[in-house]
Amino acid sequence: MAQVLPAEGDLRRVIGDGEGVPDGEVEGLSEADLLELHRQLVLLRTYDERSVVYHRQGRIGTYAIFWGHEAMQVGSNYALDREDWIFPSYRESAIGLLRGLPAATILSWWRGHPAGWWNPQDWNVASICVPIGTHVPHAAGLAWGKKLRGENTCAIAYFGDGATSEGAFHEGANFAAVMRAPVILFCNNNQWAISTPLSAQTAAETLADKAVGYGIPGVRVDGADVLAVYEATREAVARARAGEGPTLIEAVTYRTAPHATADDPTAYIDLERVEEERGRECVGRYEAYLRRLGLLSDEAAETVRAEAAQRMRDGIAAAEAEPPADPSLLFSHAFAEPPASFESDLAELRRVLGG
Amino acid sequence: MAELTLVEAINDGFHVELGRDPDVMVMGEDVGRAGGVFRATAGLRERFGENRCVDTPLAEAGILGSAVGLCMAGWRPVCEMQYDAFSYPCLDQLITHVGRYRWRTGGAMAFPLVVRMPYGGGVRAPELHDDSPETYYVHTPGVKVAIPSTPADAKGLLAAAIRDPDPVVVLEPKLHYRTLRGEVPEGEHVVPLGQARTVREGDDLTFVAYGSMVPLAEQAADALDASVEILDIRTLKPLDEDALIAAAAKTGRVVIVQEAPRTAGYGAELAAILAEKAMLDLRAPVVRVTGYDVPYPYWQIEDAYMPSVERVVDAARKLLEF
Repeated sequence: MAQVLPAEGDLRRVIGDGEGVPDGEVEGLSEADLLELHRQLVLLRTYDERSVVYHRQGRIGTYAIFWGHEAMQVGSNYALDREDWIFPSYRESAIGLLRGLPAATILSWWRGHPAGWWNPQDWNVASICVPIGTHVPHAAGLAWGKKLRGENTCAIAYFGDGATSEGAFHEGANFAAVMRAPVILFCNNNQWAISTPLSAQTAAETLADKAVGYGIPGVRVDGADVLAVYEATREAVARARAGEGPTLIEAVTYRTAPHATADDPTAYIDLERVEEERGRECVGRYEAYLRRLGLLSDEAAETVRAEAAQRMRDGIAAAEAEPPADPSLLFSHAFAEPPASFESDLAELRRVLGG
Repeated sequence: MAELTLVEAINDGFHVELGRDPDVMVMGEDVGRAGGVFRATAGLRERFGENRCVDTPLAEAGILGSAVGLCMAGWRPVCEMQYDAFSYPCLDQLITHVGRYRWRTGGAMAFPLVVRMPYGGGVRAPELHDDSPETYYVHTPGVKVAIPSTPADAKGLLAAAIRDPDPVVVLEPKLHYRTLRGEVPEGEHVVPLGQARTVREGDDLTFVAYGSMVPLAEQAADALDASVEILDIRTLKPLDEDALIAAAAKTGRVVIVQEAPRTAGYGAELAAILAEKAMLDLRAPVVRVTGYDVPYPYWQIEDAYMPSVERVVDAARKLLEF
């Protein structure tokens, strides 16, 4: 099967393999930081695994799985300040959890319930972008706009390898570069866009190479190495805050789960490769790293998992406790001042519904 | 009152609105150094600085997409699309985000941006400098659409669009940028969105038009030996439905004039509303005079494409004899 394999040599890594490859370390991270990264990885992993179960139980709708992508989300977010803005794609649907956004809100979004609305300004997390790559210009615009106001705020836009084929990615990246906007363009290259392999997506040797065309740095990092992702993003953030403009980070991993709950990858994916990649998935690798450092006991790991599981139980319970959405919500937020037609449409709807 | 051309009125409106609100910024291709290819933004960069009148890369989706982010950072961006048919790449952002973002935040975030562009034909221009794309915009939920037909309205509707808390698309009749002069109030001048304008009163039949078709409707009315009511829609969304129904009811005979292709054009919406809500006031079928369902032609034959005085007069006579 045609595949562009990550070149082992140019991927930045920190975590070794416990055998031939030695562990590195990231300067400035305390033991508390290392354990917090673990807690966040487990939180996202738990969210993802529980969501697949909730989907099978009919409790949420079609769900975009991010199993194996947690290190990219946790590591990059950890390099940001709370004031910095996150522009997630659907693959990062739960990244707001890392800022305190309630699980119930995100689960409600996947339940197709308006309780899944959130105010982006409360968390500096933009709404989940469903169309591919179209939020890249938003991140560019926000970062540019903040810079014009003299605020030292960054924005990060997450997108996949497939998104780099989109015009919106190109226009957003170019805009950000021209305006020297403090943006991190974070590509989670999992090498598959549903069933389309990277080799059918681009003729470029790497996605980071595309940065050259925008006149910005491009960095490649092991996407299953939370510390390498953190370090690369921290450098990009420093560049952005210094007024040096955007950085394109290509975090390379391999999609070992279906694109979404509606997808059956057995028709197109190399299952042996999937098994091999699952063996180096990011949470397990990081836990092994912490154990080698003597920082993680079985008991502590279990506590972290139990806390995450409880957060999910509370989240789904709260999401399911939401009363049915009122039809008036169709009309209430499309405009600041609804046109007269909305009132008559709603009255007509209520009459027909008998409400 | 100053007598200005339509494009001078727009420029005047920009100077007033940027002077009034420091959050308003203008962005687009050639809007800064050149002052816009039609000079609509002339002098803004010099007066308000390069950060509030921004020459952007040549990227319509990037312009509107960045504007979404600028709104999130507290700005009120006014985006120029250089020509009607060059605006199509921005439809991606308009449909997938601009019209939806307020709703998807439960009303928590506002997107007070403006998209404005010169539109329409009759200017002997190359292909794709002549389109009337209003239906694409009107059909997009969450955005408002206005089209002025006079210099005063061009200034006043632009001001209303800039001050509006929601996204507004303003299409400006480029045919009349410099061929139409009129009295324009000085200083702040706002024409509220959602209010049609009675151009002239009449008893025998009603012409309904907007933008560059309003002056044409006036010429056609002058050519008829009949008393013609003319309604300028001004804001296509939200529509001043009461004014439309009243103007139709007054004469019972309605000709809708629209430059865009006929099928599913804005005139079809007007006709449908009259069919639903003015049936008993009508004395004749509602008739449309429109462009044809063909690509906008090369300019040597564009006069045959455009609704003309002759076609409007012909439609009017048929209605009067119905």
